Amino acid sequence: MPDPLSIIVVEADRERAFMIADGLREAGEFDIQVISEPSGLARRIEARDPDVVLIDIADPSRDVLEELTLASGPKERPVAMFVDRSADGLSAAAVEAGVSAYVVDGLQPSRLKPVLDAAIARFRLFQRMRTELAEAKRALEERKVIDRAKGMIMKARGIEEDEAYALLRKAAMDQNKRVAEVAQALVTAAGLLA
Amino acid sequence: MSLTRIPAGYVPLTDAAPLIAAQEMGFAAEERLTLDLHRAPSWSSLRDMLAYGQVDAAQMLSPVPVAAALGLGGASAQFSVLSVLSVNGTVIGAGSRLADRLTAAGHRFSFDDAVSAGQALIAASDRPLRIGVPFPFSMHAELLTYWLEGLGLDTAQDIVIRTVPPPLMARAIRSGDIDAFCVGEPWGSIAVEQGDGSLLLPGRAIWSFAPEKVLAVRSGWAETEPALSGRLVRALWRAGRWLADPSCRGLAAEILSSRRYLDLPAEIIERGLSGKFTVTPQGLQREAPGFVGFHDGAAGYPWRSQAQWTALRLAKRNGLDQQTALQKAKHVFRSDLYRTALSGTGAELPGASSRLGGALEAGTPAAGESDPVNLLPNRFFDGRVFDPLAAG
Repeated sequence: MPDPLSIIVVEADRERAFMIADGLREAGEFDIQVISEPSGLARRIEARDPDVVLIDIADPSRDVLEELTLASGPKERPVAMFVDRSADGLSAAAVEAGVSAYVVDGLQPSRLKPVLDAAIARFRLFQRMRTELAEAKRALEERKVIDRAKGMIMKARGIEEDEAYALLRKAAMDQNKRVAEVAQALVTAAGLLA
Repeated sequence: MSLTRIPAGYVPLTDAAPLIAAQEMGFAAEERLTLDLHRAPSWSSLRDMLAYGQVDAAQMLSPVPVAAALGLGGASAQFSVLSVLSVNGTVIGAGSRLADRLTAAGHRFSFDDAVSAGQALIAASDRPLRIGVPFPFSMHAELLTYWLEGLGLDTAQDIVIRTVPPPLMARAIRSGDIDAFCVGEPWGSIAVEQGDGSLLLPGRAIWSFAPEKVLAVRSGWAETEPALSGRLVRALWRAGRWLADPSCRGLAAEILSSRRYLDLPAEIIERGLSGKFTVTPQGLQREAPGFVGFHDGAAGYPWRSQAQWTALRLAKRNGLDQQTALQKAKHVFRSDLYRTALSGTGAELPGASSRLGGALEAGTPAAGESDPVNLLPNRFFDGRVFDPLAAG
């Protein structure tokens, strides 16, 4: 039985880092460490000398890891390439999911596969959560704008809420726009005239 | 008329302007293209997005495709350079601590003299001098090492080059991780604005015609999509010509500043475009004419000799065989494809595909494909000349 792979997860969000670590533990026995502070990243990683570094593709600090691929001797080369090229399709899937892994040169793809599979699954989950959160936020914003527009119409015309909403909906249908867009236009225009 | 969609990536910097202007000002549409622009958080992620086909074209630091050809870094694909998107456009600055020492020693931050600024920097700094650059394979790193070596520093011993993402540069200075930096605009100006540093030189004071960002595609894409890549090169050439017109700078800065693109104040972005800088937090003003070039002097032309200069520098710094490096880098910059794309458009096309580096003291007309081409000064600060033939 070879030693468990040592993995460093670079992730500023503690909650997220724990979820990634949990996902990895389900996939096998690994020695996992988390780095949450981006300054001096290259030096910290060098000091710990891991087999694999996992980092969010959207993290600008990822460029710092590129430095580590430059060290010349194999001993000074803790991380050597962006996911093992021999592992078919894994790299593309990782990039797609938004994770990048820096891996020691010569590490067997079979040992790496469970790590990456777990990381990819976790990152996809985060991506979905992020998208859903953004959607929810947008819906909330839109509802606020629609409520304001409704209120303005009710006041201006002295009508009830249902009627005001019906007017908005009709205007949207006539202009082939979304109700939120018409409401936004009304709120903006009112702001200019006020 | 339907537009062909090309997914293209960029990193939010002032010199991403050609791609953004091509899309926003309709130059892409003129070629029946829509650029589906993806903002990348880092150079390595943009490189991988290109390698794995999430984008088909990308703004790239000019040494990145060369480094990939040499097998350096985490590259997983080979790239071809279709055109140069911008020439020059970086600034070198010192963190406040170092800037204070420079002031105390009587340095005047003249922003135009690479020799005196370099000597002052060397005299004022501790060894090793720690300098931040955005990426290990960058013109920033090459210019810095070329400059400090030329002034007698042993760059292997006396300086430490550290990678710091541009948005984190000011923070890295403040926290004492680096003493000085070389970075693309607007991040140098932002460091000044935040009171973290002062600007010493524009990159062009070291090499007056350094290819900074290039348009890169996967090797093979250009061959399988010759018509498409031709249309792309022409759209970007028009965008570069538009950006070179001083009367368009205000609008360009305005477009770049939008939340979709750079999401930074237009006033700060405009400094790099106009070359009118505030170089110290105390408000000292300096001008750097021709700070960044998008068009003049056949700026877009990808000279093979540019890639070879970079290959030799990379080989030297990374202990690779120089002759092998020259061979491998030979076909990265595709002057042939650029020529095909722009022949018959009236664009200035040099007759040669390679030239001496640093050999033009002043603007010079040179033999072009049909008409003479007006080349701009191309000079290294130390007056040395790079001869690709002698090197090969």
